[in-house]
Amino acid sequence: MNSLLERIIRLRWWILVFLAIIAFTIFAGDFRQDPTTAILAATLRHSTPLVLGALCGMICERSGVINIGIEGQMLMSAFVGFTVTAATSSLYLGVAAGLACGMLMGAALGGLTVSLQGDQIIAGTVLNIFALGLTSFLYTPGETIHSKTPRISVGPLADLPVVGKIFFSNQPLTYVSLLLVAVIWYALFKTTWGLRTRAIGEHPSAAETVGVSVAKMRYLNLIIGGGIAGLAGAYLSLEAVGSFERGMTNGKGFVALAVMIFGRWNPVGAWGAALLFGYTNAIQTQFQFRGWLTGHPQFIGMIPFIVTIVVLAGFVGRARPPAAIGQPYTRE
Amino acid sequence: MKILRSALVPIIAVVLALLAGALLIQLSGSSPLEAYSALFEGSFVGWERFGTTLEKATPLIMGGLAVAFAFKGGLFNIGGQGQLLFGALIAGAAGYGFTGLPWIIHMPLALLLGAAAGAAWGAIPGVLKATRGAHEVITTIMLNFVAANAAEWLCTKVWRKPGDILVRTPMIEGSAEIPTFGNIPLGFLIAVAFALGVWYLLQKTTFGFEVRSVGLNPSAASYAGISTKRIVILTMAISGFLAGIGGSIETLGVLGRYEPGFNAGLGFDGITIALLARTNPIAVIPSAVLIASMDASASLMQFKAGVAPEITDVIEALILLFVATPIIVRWFFKSRQGEEISFGANWGSS
Repeated sequence: MNSLLERIIRLRWWILVFLAIIAFTIFAGDFRQDPTTAILAATLRHSTPLVLGALCGMICERSGVINIGIEGQMLMSAFVGFTVTAATSSLYLGVAAGLACGMLMGAALGGLTVSLQGDQIIAGTVLNIFALGLTSFLYTPGETIHSKTPRISVGPLADLPVVGKIFFSNQPLTYVSLLLVAVIWYALFKTTWGLRTRAIGEHPSAAETVGVSVAKMRYLNLIIGGGIAGLAGAYLSLEAVGSFERGMTNGKGFVALAVMIFGRWNPVGAWGAALLFGYTNAIQTQFQFRGWLTGHPQFIGMIPFIVTIVVLAGFVGRARPPAAIGQPYTRE
Repeated sequence: MKILRSALVPIIAVVLALLAGALLIQLSGSSPLEAYSALFEGSFVGWERFGTTLEKATPLIMGGLAVAFAFKGGLFNIGGQGQLLFGALIAGAAGYGFTGLPWIIHMPLALLLGAAAGAAWGAIPGVLKATRGAHEVITTIMLNFVAANAAEWLCTKVWRKPGDILVRTPMIEGSAEIPTFGNIPLGFLIAVAFALGVWYLLQKTTFGFEVRSVGLNPSAASYAGISTKRIVILTMAISGFLAGIGGSIETLGVLGRYEPGFNAGLGFDGITIALLARTNPIAVIPSAVLIASMDASASLMQFKAGVAPEITDVIEALILLFVATPIIVRWFFKSRQGEEISFGANWGSS
């Protein structure tokens, strides 16, 4: 009983933020059910690419490799996914192609940082510029796809008031992202893979002495991470927008990086951070509906970023990354 | 001899990148030879084109210096874009707002006000990091978006000339313009002077030593009596100052006013250039000229050889790749080792 109370006291700021958000949502939704539900559902939608990108960054960084190429991985996969769907008119082939492209980009990052021992920040920047250049070079305007990934309702759960609309009536990749948060949290903290991953991120030479191949693990994890970023890219072109535009990631990969650090390299933390960011995006639409700040749309546009800075500086503070991050590993 | 040796690596990298790019151009059905001769012609043949290349190189030098300086202090400033934007806007406002001043006062005043705006914007993440431990990568990314919105608001509501349909500030006064001597823009010379100044500051002063110490090992620096908090804030402010100068020169020397969207991406190119120069302030100059030359002539290449201008981005990425990957470089120089810096070394330290 005492420990529960202690927990509540320890998390008091978060509980306060959470309650403030709920209160504000109901107020912004004009005390009616439909707009309130709409805000929360939009929150989840907006958070999907960010949480996927953040999970990618997390798996890489937990294994000791900084990935600032998330933006490029997402953009390239958005392009490949869209192009494959446009050519085959199959959304699932498109998503699969996006996933594969992301994995390939992950392997490329592995090649640069693990095999060639290049600087990780530079390797990520190379991926970003390369993806922006190559997708713009290869993109032919005018290609279209006929539909976006369909909305799937989960049986009777979808009919529940409020919760049903928010969680059980979504497009496929949104479900996948929710599933991945849980799976990766479990895998990272409860399985051998997770233990090894964290070990090579904290103390690679110690992991190597007990028989874990740092190079192999890093490759594996960069490919898994890249695949998840690939899903984020496919989400953008095939699930959210339904087309490809030049540079359509528009900084989302970098925001995902911020979300990952914000969530302290923890899947559940990153999910919370992504939801907060998604919420501030969703509330913008409601501001427009209610006619608040209509003459000054730029201030509405600032909300997500200012809220993030305030929450970060006010409540989160310092976070400790994996210890061996940033350095190429060489066997002695 | 030493300079020659260190210049050889980037030259080989450029050649390799151009060869790989040639393959891509060939595959897309155009002639690489035609494309590259247009690329060279468009940036270096004739004084006028050479002047344009230098003009385009100017904000890139400043953006590169901003990122490189922060790296020296162990900070990753992704916020060059926002700092540059604020510099450009405030310089534009000061350029038209003050009237009746002589050039010798007005131009430097507008330039420095823009730089101060950049410095203030850059100092915010520094203060947040030093006092609250907020990671500068997050705050600088977020502040880029805030800056874009704030600048647009100021442009729309405060500084727009009544009756102007477009969102932009009025043209600056003639007395605030940064002139061009023949074809050599004065702005470029200012940027080169700043590169030399940053090199001097980092290598020859106590403050520069403190910045580098904090960058290499914050706890050791702190143990040696250096106030890391002070250095973190100052490093970010100076980094923002440099980016702000870049924006100011762009407004006062090239565009003549601030208009949202006209500086897009310049701040991010700074990251590429700082990495290409391995954070060496002097090496920032040729790196920026190289990238600018490709930007300046990409459209001529499209016109003459029918190659999409985005190929230059691919080539840039390849150059960076070849410059930065030690193993590839060691194929050419078996003995070249040491002095490798790790940009991510301070990723999480606060």
